Amino acid sequence: MSPRGERNAYVRGIGQSQVGRRLMRSEMSLTIEASLAAVEDAGLTIDEIDGLATYPGEMNIQPGFAGPGSPSVQEALRLNLNWFSGGSEGAAQIQAVINACMAVSTGLARNVLVYRTVTESSAQVGGRGVAAETPEVGGLLEWLMPTGAVSAVHWLALVAQRYFHEFGVTRDLVAEIAINQRKNAALNPKAVYTEPLSMEDYLGARMISTPLCLFDCDVPIDGSTAFVISHVDTIGDAPKTPIHVNAVGTALRHRNSWEQWPSPTLTASADAAAHLWERTDLTPSDVDVAELYDGFSILTLLWIEALGFCGRGEAASFIQGGRIALDGALPINTHGGQLSAGRLHGFGFLHEACVQLRGEGGARQVAGSPQVAAVGNGGGPIGGAMLVTAGLG
Amino acid sequence: MASIDLEDVILEIPTEAPPFPLPSRSLESAPIWASGADGVLRIDRCGSCEYYIHPPSPRCPECGSWEVAPSAVSGRGTVYTFTIGLQEFIPGFPPHCVALVEIDEQPDVRVIGRVAGCRASEVEIGRVVQASFNRVNDEVWLPYFTLVAS
Repeated sequence: MSPRGERNAYVRGIGQSQVGRRLMRSEMSLTIEASLAAVEDAGLTIDEIDGLATYPGEMNIQPGFAGPGSPSVQEALRLNLNWFSGGSEGAAQIQAVINACMAVSTGLARNVLVYRTVTESSAQVGGRGVAAETPEVGGLLEWLMPTGAVSAVHWLALVAQRYFHEFGVTRDLVAEIAINQRKNAALNPKAVYTEPLSMEDYLGARMISTPLCLFDCDVPIDGSTAFVISHVDTIGDAPKTPIHVNAVGTALRHRNSWEQWPSPTLTASADAAAHLWERTDLTPSDVDVAELYDGFSILTLLWIEALGFCGRGEAASFIQGGRIALDGALPINTHGGQLSAGRLHGFGFLHEACVQLRGEGGARQVAGSPQVAAVGNGGGPIGGAMLVTAGLG
Repeated sequence: MASIDLEDVILEIPTEAPPFPLPSRSLESAPIWASGADGVLRIDRCGSCEYYIHPPSPRCPECGSWEVAPSAVSGRGTVYTFTIGLQEFIPGFPPHCVALVEIDEQPDVRVIGRVAGCRASEVEIGRVVQASFNRVNDEVWLPYFTLVAS
């Protein structure tokens, strides 16, 4: 096995700002709130932060998507940094966390503040149109948007339709993702949608882009999530249970893009998950809780398969019978996921994994002191995975 | 919530420039976008090993040759997957079908385009389709597909 430098890294602190719909607060305000909370939770002072990372960094596209760039946050908090980074390419949103793990492992920094901020709900106020915002597109989107696939829901609906076709899946068989997460969200004080969701509600829901309905799509919100990633040598005086980075998965091995993938089950998440298991002695059966990206429900199904909790095409069967419920064999998206808790865009999953491993889940805490959590981020051509464990690794 | 019956959704043949973002057109992609002007679909092809390369790229990823140029294809293909977009992301724009079409010449080349000229309920994975073009301007001709009688 190759060297596993990520094992020098711990999530020492976690923080989250106010989270909700149309908060009409600035992205910097939310970022500072989450960052200070994470630093305090880590038992550190702001002077001890010497690294800073974010996803995706400053970007002038899609209002509310990017949050403030790392130089702006350095300025706002007057940080004394030895290393900083922001960028959108890599192992999905948690690439920023993985970059921080690499920074502490190489000695570029000892305590890295990592944040992801969205204000997409407030940005929708006023109802700007897709075309008006984006007159021309290049890169991965060049082939999609001009032909009418203007939203991510179209791109993932294409994946879902093919997946349904190949494996004989129908909508009633995947409803459990949305229904179970709504149950979990009802126990999460920060979740935005908490009223019960029935199978009847799901099957009768408005179609957005076939075969995906309203409840298969996550909800834009405002909020910021932050972590302090620290080197193992600093972890002795951490006031809270440190969360060890056991392994990360960052691979991209097959054809990617949003439309040339070889199979719906061979997108970037499959590569990241395979890479993850190459970097650890743990196995899928060791995982106590899984927090798996659900920008659209199909992505959670694909992560379940990618991480090897069941075989390819078997996720719709796997999720039945309460297996993924809080008291099931493999609780998934215990905070409600992005479908019901809201789109913190990737970072909410690692945050919830840490909450569960620390035993701080309150009403939604998984019983039996979970020790190992798997985190998957992204869909289509971006995928990143992490395996984290409670306490000193 | 009222659900929409796909039998009632008519996918109109596009006759005007759609309100979608335009391609930024790189040196490689510009000839592909302009290709429909004469009604012919073109895809980059390697002059050495004859592999079709899409999205276009200056070097063949199969054999390494730099002898790559747009090459006419039949425009016939098979629907690999599709979606009927029912949410109005662009105000006033009617439901439309976006499909990934595998071209007859090489199945790992998927061209994205609308399927039109039929009811939404008629679009299925595996249907044979034929490319036509929707002129946006002289540089951009968007491929769309119509069903070939099965």
